[in-house]
Amino acid sequence: MAMAGPLAAAAAARSLAAASSALAAGARAFASSSAAAAARKSWFSDVGMAPRDPILGVTEKFLADTSPDKINLGVGAYRDDSGKPVVLDCVREAERRIAGKDFMEYLPIGGLRDFVTESVKLAYGDACPDLSNVAAVQSLSGTGSCRLMAEFQRRFMPHSTVYIPVPTWSNHHSIWRDAGVPQSTYRYYKPETKGLDFEGLMEDVKAAPSGSLFLLHACAHNPTGVDPTPEQWAAISKLMAERGHFPFFDMAYQGFASGDCDKDSGAIRTFLRDGHRLGVSQSYAKNMGMYGQRIGAFSIVCDSKDEAARVESQMKLVARPMYSNPPLHGALMVKTILRDPQLKAQWFAEVRGMAERIISMRALLRRNLEQLGSQHSWKHITDQIGMFAYSGMTPEMVDTLAAKHSIYMTRNGRISMAGVNTKNVARLASAMHEVTK
Amino acid sequence: MRALAPAAPRASAPAAAAPRAPAARPSVRTLAAASRLSGVEMAPPDPILGVSEAFKRSSDPNKLNLGVGAYRTEELQPLVLDVVKKAEAKMLAAGYNKEYLPIEGLDSFRKATVDLLLGADHPAIKQDRVVCIQALSGTGALRVGAAFIGKFMPGTKVFISNPTWGNHMNIFGDERVEWAKYRYFDPETVGLDFAGMTADLEAAPDGSVVLLHGCAHNPTGVDPTPEQWKAIAELCKRKGHLPFFDVAYQGFATGDLDKDAFAPRLFVDSGLEVVVAQSYSKNLGLYGERVGALNLVLADAESAKRVLSQLKRIARALWSNPPTHGARIAAEVVGDPAMFEEWKGEMAGMAGRIAKVRGELRAALEARCPEKDWSFVTKQIGMFSYTGMSPKQVDNMTNKHAVFMTRDGRISLAGLSSAKVAALADGIVDSVRNH
Repeated sequence: MAMAGPLAAAAAARSLAAASSALAAGARAFASSSAAAAARKSWFSDVGMAPRDPILGVTEKFLADTSPDKINLGVGAYRDDSGKPVVLDCVREAERRIAGKDFMEYLPIGGLRDFVTESVKLAYGDACPDLSNVAAVQSLSGTGSCRLMAEFQRRFMPHSTVYIPVPTWSNHHSIWRDAGVPQSTYRYYKPETKGLDFEGLMEDVKAAPSGSLFLLHACAHNPTGVDPTPEQWAAISKLMAERGHFPFFDMAYQGFASGDCDKDSGAIRTFLRDGHRLGVSQSYAKNMGMYGQRIGAFSIVCDSKDEAARVESQMKLVARPMYSNPPLHGALMVKTILRDPQLKAQWFAEVRGMAERIISMRALLRRNLEQLGSQHSWKHITDQIGMFAYSGMTPEMVDTLAAKHSIYMTRNGRISMAGVNTKNVARLASAMHEVTK
Repeated sequence: MRALAPAAPRASAPAAAAPRAPAARPSVRTLAAASRLSGVEMAPPDPILGVSEAFKRSSDPNKLNLGVGAYRTEELQPLVLDVVKKAEAKMLAAGYNKEYLPIEGLDSFRKATVDLLLGADHPAIKQDRVVCIQALSGTGALRVGAAFIGKFMPGTKVFISNPTWGNHMNIFGDERVEWAKYRYFDPETVGLDFAGMTADLEAAPDGSVVLLHGCAHNPTGVDPTPEQWKAIAELCKRKGHLPFFDVAYQGFATGDLDKDAFAPRLFVDSGLEVVVAQSYSKNLGLYGERVGALNLVLADAESAKRVLSQLKRIARALWSNPPTHGARIAAEVVGDPAMFEEWKGEMAGMAGRIAKVRGELRAALEARCPEKDWSFVTKQIGMFSYTGMSPKQVDNMTNKHAVFMTRDGRISLAGLSSAKVAALADGIVDSVRNH
């Protein structure tokens, strides 16, 4: 600076101060406009779009399709021979009986007690004569039961891994992941035979660290429809006991597989008789057609009444911060049906009817494909059991079925047989033949 | 069939029962691991829901349940609203199917819910900035919100009022979201510690989540004034906080559904993004049907789409899709102008009865114990009164006077009848004077 002396210094100091304050004012202006910009920007602008649910996303696409002949073979919801949703007669009657009920109070955290008792009886039958050893709560259908099991596993079987079959219902992976449980897989389906990879399964059961939780489909495996035979189940039970694993059965189709509820819970009862302290997820979505009521049960067989009480109290601790207490409507209907011998008999007949229609559709689809001259074997369509047929079609074939034929299914080639009826089976067979020949 | 036996090493009884089995085959039961659940401890009873259980077990003829926040008539009976009965009858006649709802819930329910929260003409709705996912009542909505925060705002802390509904901490805890308390209730004034509250929210890291009760604070019944709400909104804007409203009592504060939505609407109109958990348990009396929703009002429609997709993913792994019955009832009532009017009247009736017993209780307490200031009984609003009683005093209430209430001193006025006011006042005065 050219000026010298105290006056010059003071002048320099003043201009420095002025410059500083101008700078500060500028900085504040910048910050406030930034803050304003930030305030206009969403908190959530970095949140990505989640992929469509692989199963429920199929229905979304189906609904968007304007073709009059479109066929939805995606989600596992039963349809009658006209392709219409069904409310069982026993359910309509139960609904009538409970209508105008004079309370809608909170259920206990563990749900409607009578409902829970009947559910456990239905699942375990004579194989568990002392139900007071069973810890059980009402749950939000199969999903809710599995989630309770997953959370319970994280807390009380820490460091254990869940073993999930390949393939399985896709939501199983999401449930255990969101619960923070490490997951692994075990071999199940053998594409070469379109049947069970029994040797692979047994090897994986043997190799898993002792104390692992094995997720088993009690019957009507989803998506493959491939179930172990009774002899195979007995062998699996024995090996799991030797390895000290925890068997957890997802039973979403009791009654729906063979038409007989006792037969369909045969695997669970075999394991029970072998002394396993197992867990069970039950759902009434399909077998009672109560999809939207979200009604199910979650149970664990314990060593004693005291242990069951303790385990049940902990199940409730998981449920309370999830939904506080479960919904009432479905529980009342199921209880009404299971407690009334006539309604229960009516239900057994209706579920058998649903299972039988599906079995006949399997036969019809296979016959149609064979009559079209398909070179492939479609024997698996009738060998497989339950709501789903694992067709063996590739994702590309599935995409073509949707794009060219307005036929919708999940990309793993899983067909919901409930969506097949006498009116659409010919068109379905011909489209399948076209994409596979 | 023999009963299940403990998994201790045993003689080969199963082998004996199955003569075909090879002689050397060891009992499966000996090979099964000893119960891995033998170390599981008994969980404590829920501090709120456990009160009702204790009440049920009591055989005292004079017992009074002031525990859970569930509305009771003057006859101390549960109440199913007339509009709900009408809606159910309509639904039964219509013969709806029981198909799965979409993951996000019933469309008509979601629309009605957003309209109820913001007012049907709110610009944010037209701008597609509002996300709504049906959930298992307030708890389920909070849970989905907590999971979302845990996943997409990692490291963010949630600030929760002191005191609050006990389950709030469990919900955020189970989603492994860190929480801390902000000062709220002032025992000296039996009112809001506004200075403490704002100081704590000011001191919180920028961009924290602030859990606020939309109205009729649970358990204190103490709400900020409109001016205080404005100041809190400004603070949130300045600090970049995300307000998360728990709206469980819309209609129960003033008796007017619109007035009770003042706070969330103010925040939205101030330009803030907000999260709102809504419940129809109390105001529509749909307790057991688990009817609620999680709403987010966002800055833009793009974000709204993406956020909804992520909320759906979270819900899918919790319950797949929400229950249909209660949502249909709510949609019928809220969506039908005539039924909606009728509902408003019934809501006002419930709130009115509570206001009446508050007045009667205050008068009874003042008559018995004039040296204490009981004005808080009528100043506090909503279902609850925070009496300020200590756990010891509460124990006296239960053991000596058969009044069942939570140990934080909260009583549910919704469970009090005019007929029982005198007895309750006797119990409170005895507990406060002598224990």
